[in-house]
Amino acid sequence: MAPLLKVKNMTHFFGGLRAVDNFNLEIEAGQIYGLIGPNGAGKTTTFNLITGVHTPTEGTIELEGEDIKGLEVHRIADKGLGRTFQNLALWRHMNVLDHIRMAHYSRLDYSLFGAFLGSPKCHKREREVIENSRRLLDLFDVGRFADQLVGNLPYGAQRRVEMARAMATNPKILFLDEPTAGMTPDELNRMIEIIRQVHRDFGVAIFLIEHRMKFVMELCESVQTLVFGEVIAEGPPAEIQNNPKVIEAYLGKEDIH
Amino acid sequence: MDHFLQNLINALQWGSFYAVISIGYSMVYGVLMLFNFAHGDIFMVGTYIGLGIATMLLALFSAVLPGWFIFILTVVITMFLAAFVGAFIELVGYRPLRGAPRASAAITGLMIGIIFETGNLIILGAQRFSFPELIKSVSYNVGGVYFTNVKVLIIVVSLILMLALHTFIQKSKWGMAMRAMSYNFLAVPLMGVSINIIAPLTFAIGAGLASVAGILYGQAYPVLDPYMGVLLGWKAFVAAILGGRGSIMGAALAGYMLGFIEIFIAMAFPSTFRDLIAYSIILIILTFRPRGFFGMAHSTQLRL
Repeated sequence: MAPLLKVKNMTHFFGGLRAVDNFNLEIEAGQIYGLIGPNGAGKTTTFNLITGVHTPTEGTIELEGEDIKGLEVHRIADKGLGRTFQNLALWRHMNVLDHIRMAHYSRLDYSLFGAFLGSPKCHKREREVIENSRRLLDLFDVGRFADQLVGNLPYGAQRRVEMARAMATNPKILFLDEPTAGMTPDELNRMIEIIRQVHRDFGVAIFLIEHRMKFVMELCESVQTLVFGEVIAEGPPAEIQNNPKVIEAYLGKEDIH
Repeated sequence: MDHFLQNLINALQWGSFYAVISIGYSMVYGVLMLFNFAHGDIFMVGTYIGLGIATMLLALFSAVLPGWFIFILTVVITMFLAAFVGAFIELVGYRPLRGAPRASAAITGLMIGIIFETGNLIILGAQRFSFPELIKSVSYNVGGVYFTNVKVLIIVVSLILMLALHTFIQKSKWGMAMRAMSYNFLAVPLMGVSINIIAPLTFAIGAGLASVAGILYGQAYPVLDPYMGVLLGWKAFVAAILGGRGSIMGAALAGYMLGFIEIFIAMAFPSTFRDLIAYSIILIILTFRPRGFFGMAHSTQLRL
């Protein structure tokens, strides 16, 4: 069977700068896969290339065997790719429930006329979506914030809302860009639990960028290390951790904890 | 006191024009982060479409249908047609410039405006048209305050439109997408939302609203000319800035505020001083509140 996500020989130039060089990736359904590397290594660019923000200069990207390279972001999203951002891309002046409702956009299949005239189908869909949204919010432990503006929530809760929003689009694979950025150790442990739970309950594959080794060690089955747009190592976390090239390029030369 | 109430009605009437038109500026800014400087001329085009539809309907049905019914029919049909004009402008004028610098898009708007004005002159000639009177104007005198049913109609129809828009923005999925885009653009397409649906829809709604403002304007001030949208458009743009870029509620409130300032200045000073003083006041307000009333710090991230 074809892997869920398959990236082959992906290379991208920004002008003369080679941002990503010959990147290869295969993620099976239900796998948790990590991408590590120092700042500026091209990790987020890799995410942007696969999710359709930029179209790679060379290479192929396939989701469930279907070529998705060059498609618009919303089309790729509809095909089952969800994503969160390093610096939280939330709508600060919208309430939490609306975030999750918004994520149901493609499934709210009423017409413009139906919406204006308040058709029964429109009401029914809206009701279903609100029910489903509340269920999701409870799952991510932010149900009590449903009617609050996202901007007023504690940071950890905002991250969970973003994750709930990504899951509400019903993805087959979830891209997490540094899900623990700016988190305290407590929040970090909680995030590990939540990602495990998402993985278990939704059976979704996860592709994540992380800086913290502990996080990657605990969660990922396989890891790639990216340095200046080039993959220098690939394998299970324990191997990566002891790979001298990785230690030198990314973790520094001291002992790893 | 009577004088005050009378001016209050005038202020509400002009405020309604400004509010309904300025919403179009604000909505487009919220979604695409650019001002559609053709909007004043879209108002003009909408008014002429209304004129055409009203004349046609009157010629066909004036014997069988009452005036108020023809008025409603005119509003609905005109809104629909003007919405297409708005969406078309997005498609040919703005979509090709999505990645271009903002200044290019602003100039596009100005050029589309000039094309509309001169196009109107070429097609219809230099003669002035008069908007047919769909609702027979009746004057009332309530306790010494004189007002016409047309003024009341203008105020009421504008409020109904704005309420409908508010509901649409708050409740519908497209409205939610529009709101979301004005806060953070990046995440919106990931929800499966296509900018190529939302952007033309935003232009369409703005143009539809402006066209109704045009019909109402035509009921109060029937003589039309191709440049009627210029000054009104700029004033509505001022209201959109004063209300806070991208804020629909702000644009509406600032529109009414503009109406009030203008009318009450004209009460105290010679009317030739009106705009000079009114817009000096607004300049001072903006000096202290450069973001306007409800403006927020927009993220400067890349827009697609």
